[in-house]
Amino acid sequence: MSPADVVTAILLPAGAVFSFLGALGALRFPDLLSRLHAATKPQTIGLLLVLAGVAPQARSLTAAAPLVLVAVFQLITAPVTAQTIGRAAYRTASIDRDRLVVDESTDG
Amino acid sequence: MTAVHVLTLSLLGAALAMTTVRLLRGPTSFDRIMSLDVLAVLLVSGIAVHGAARDEPANATLLVVIAVLGFVGSVTAARLAGEREEGG
Repeated sequence: MSPADVVTAILLPAGAVFSFLGALGALRFPDLLSRLHAATKPQTIGLLLVLAGVAPQARSLTAAAPLVLVAVFQLITAPVTAQTIGRAAYRTASIDRDRLVVDESTDG
Repeated sequence: MTAVHVLTLSLLGAALAMTTVRLLRGPTSFDRIMSLDVLAVLLVSGIAVHGAARDEPANATLLVVIAVLGFVGSVTAARLAGEREEGG
């Protein structure tokens, strides 16, 4: 096993575990906002770890460049998606307000 | 296809199954939109791992396209669902 293979062997399962736990939270958590929390952050770190695990196996820089592109794109877009869904859910009163500890959108 | 790839793809497959259950169960349309977004991310991970396992680097375009489509689709659907349910 080369050093690149060792890095891949560690990062790929680690990323998959994060994705798995995120999906588990998205399935099991009780209300929309906590499901949104579980669905977005572990998924992003899981994807980043998987891409970082795949990259050492690329034969050239040209083959690895799209992986970096996808990683950066995911880092930029994941918060936008989560915020858009959360705001739309909040405004349409689709969320469970009893579970909120602080509600700055109304209190502030 | 080594044990690492099998383990990784199994975990991703389990995550995909759980997300699909949430997608079908709802209960709000925002849960479904969120699930579809997660499915797109899991698909990108799966394709990347599959490419590494088969030693085929040619699917990089597919990764970018699915990532972009997942983002645009989720944001559009969330805004649409927000306006529709707000407007009554």
